[in-house]
Formats: sequence, C-alpha cells, structure tokens
Amino acid sequence: MIAVIDYGAGNLFSLCSSLESIGASVTVTADKAQLRLADKLILPGVGAFEDAAKKLRVLGLDRAVKEEAAAGKDILGICLGMQMLFEKSYEYGEHEGLGLLTGSVVPLEGNIPASFKIPHIGWNALHIQRKSRLLRYVREEDCVYFVHSYFAANCSDSVIATAEYGLELTAAVEKGNVMGCQFHPEKSGKIGLAILRAFCEEVPS
Amino acid sequence: MITKRIIPCLDVRNGRVVKGVNFEGLCDVSSPVELARFYSEEGADELVFYDITASFEGRKLFTDILRQVASSIFIPLTVGGGINTVEDFDRVLKCGADKVSVNSGAIRDPSLVGAAARKYGNQCVVLSVDVRRVDRRFCVFAKGGRENTGMEAIDWIQRCVSAGAGEVVVNSIDTDGVKKGFDIEMLDAVCQAVNVPVIASGGAGCTEDFVQLFREVPLIDAGLAASVFHFGQVLIPDLKRTLRNNGIPVRLSE
Repeated sequence: MIAVIDYGAGNLFSLCSSLESIGASVTVTADKAQLRLADKLILPGVGAFEDAAKKLRVLGLDRAVKEEAAAGKDILGICLGMQMLFEKSYEYGEHEGLGLLTGSVVPLEGNIPASFKIPHIGWNALHIQRKSRLLRYVREEDCVYFVHSYFAANCSDSVIATAEYGLELTAAVEKGNVMGCQFHPEKSGKIGLAILRAFCEEVPS
Repeated sequence: MITKRIIPCLDVRNGRVVKGVNFEGLCDVSSPVELARFYSEEGADELVFYDITASFEGRKLFTDILRQVASSIFIPLTVGGGINTVEDFDRVLKCGADKVSVNSGAIRDPSLVGAAARKYGNQCVVLSVDVRRVDRRFCVFAKGGRENTGMEAIDWIQRCVSAGAGEVVVNSIDTDGVKKGFDIEMLDAVCQAVNVPVIASGGAGCTEDFVQLFREVPLIDAGLAASVFHFGQVLIPDLKRTLRNNGIPVRLSE
C-alpha cells in the first residue's frame, strides 16, 4: 500500500490516477497510523513552502514522516514535496524543512540568467548524474514535465539527475530510502509512470 | 534543454468533441477520452479542452468527461471556456485539470486573474487573449472575437501577468482560420513584453508554419492548433521530427 500524504497542499487527482494506472494500491491520508501501516509514502505538494510546511506541522505529520524515514520506509517527495525534504527553504524568508536531505531550496530568480523565464514550465531533458533506484527505467535525455520557481541547491550528495535551465538544476534526488523529484511524474507521460513504478516496486535484493 | 511544446486543442460541446479527428483506428472520433489518448500517444506535450457548452447540463457532462480524460492521460491538461469565477477554477481543477485558461471572464472581471493566482498559484492561471489589428494597433477582442474591447493587447497582457497569469495564449484573429502561418509580428511583440511562457495560436496550416514560428520567434514556448491536427494535415510525430531536424528542441515520442 502506497500512502499519499494529504495535508491540503495541492490537487491529488492526477497523482492518484497515475498510481492506480500502474496497479498500485493507494490510500490518501493524513492519519499517522495509516502512514505507519503503509509500505511507502509519497509527499506531494503544490504552492508555497511556508504554508505547506506549516500545514504538515499542524497535523503532526512532519514528525510522522521523519519517524517513518528513520525506520527505513521509502519516501518520495514530488515538486514542493521534494523541496520539503531539505533542511531549509529561502522562499519568502527562511523556513525549516524536514531535514531528511542535506541542502536548501533557493529561488530561480537571480540564480539563472534573466533571459530564462520564471517559472520553469515545460518538458525538459534529464541528465543522469548517478545510478539510482528511482530512475532505473529512465534514459539520458528523457523528458519530464516541470513547473517550479525554486530549486534545491547544495545537495550534491543526493542529486541523481539534473535538467539544464540556465544552470544544471536539481531534477531528482535519492539518498537511501529518501527520494524526490522536482518535476511531476504524474504529468510526464510514460516516463513519469515508469518513475512511479520504479518507486512503487519492491526492489529485488 | 527545455523543449518547445506542441499543443492540440479540442472543442467540447455536451461532452463530445465538436470537430472529430479523422484518423484510422479510432472507433469514436468525437470521444474526448479516445482523442486525448490518441494525441498523447502521438507525442502531444499538453492538451487544451475548451468547453463550448452554455447549459448547466452540458457543463456537468464536461466535468465528467474531464475526470475520465484526467484519469487515463498523464500529460498536462488545460481547460478553458466559461471560466468566470474562482469557483469555476475549483470545479475543473477538482476534475483533474492542471491549468485553467481565462479569456472573457478576465475582461468582465479584471480581479479574477489575481484572485485565482493567489488561491491556486500563478502556474495554474493561463491568460488567453484574442487579438486583432485595428488601425495598426493590437486590440483585445471579447466574446469569441466578435467584440472590440478597445483595450491595447500588450498593455492588457502585461497587466494580467503582473496580476498573476503564469502563461499567455495569444490567438491572432487576423491569421486564425486562414492557415497561412502564425502571426509572427504579433507574437514577437508579446514575447518581448512579458517574461512568462507564451503560446502561439491561430494560423497553423502546415508543418513549415511551426518551423517558421519557432525560428522567427525564438522566445515563443509553444504552438497550439486545432484543425490542422484534427484533419491530419499535420501529424505530430512528423512535425516533431521536422522541428528537431531544423535544430528546434522538442520532446520526441517515447
């Protein structure tokens, strides 16, 4: 069972449909007991960092996610959900993240040439940086769909893929059981579904 | 490198696609679900659905269809038509739309773009503008291009982008339906004026028109069209190969 964490940050319709389409059994929940029971967790998220982090804290889910991660459960953060895995975000101020990965979230503005439009919207090619579980079905230059204005920096120990947009942006991360993608796998066609499948499958040991 | 997007647009009335696609192998040429699947397989980067129904029942049918499309096709979906309030955004987003396009609704209520952007984020709000030249000025037209609002297009687009529109679809009435190519001059003027993605619409008649668009307006992000795709004059896999051969970055079908 895959638990999609429902903390009121964004629309879960497509994510749940895409998981169902690859045959995963999905529960959408904000209940800590359910998170404990689940085999794997997905932390989605659209919107502002501060607001989302606050919602997660109010529900006590920040602690629950950290506990499950510490226990070795696979966790996938998507878009803002990925950004929340890091220590800090500098989106409108300075906000604390879950701290499951080393690094911080910074604005595209000022870090990429002014000729690049913000948000970074559209299909961009992945540049694989390291062999990983999450991207094991992905080939170099496969395109995925991005929509974001902030990105994860100083996270070289977890980066598994980047995308070129004025600089090599963090596109996907993995460190042990903690994984994340800045792009939307649920909107990235067959490649996106293959990434979700890689996450949902039990890895043959 | 970010790729240029190719976006087919489908008009839906009472839950059916108005101009059905004429391709072999499709059982039901006016089923939005079948067509969406077809275009997604062909390599469309995004789909736009315009709800052209006026009635309440028709709108209900539309959201049912949208839900079906969104649960079987996993590329971005934009929905437009009849979006006048934040509640209208809510209605289609709940059914699986990723972005919502506003046109006349924003003209009637200029606060709509800002209100929707605050609630759902800029990335969700697409401004769609119908533009026509009047005395050499670019003017915004309302009501499906029938009524001149008197507003200057660049000015209107800039206002909406600063209010929170995350993308702009520019439909040139002068070139729409003529199939002689996109309105390069107008699109270039819009791209120079804003720093959000701009999507070209109106005028595509053949593959070469897309090549010209991306060559002559390097800042343009996407080309949108309806009938050239529906009638098979342009096949998306061929189009993308031609674009790539011309040095234009595109996502080739998986």
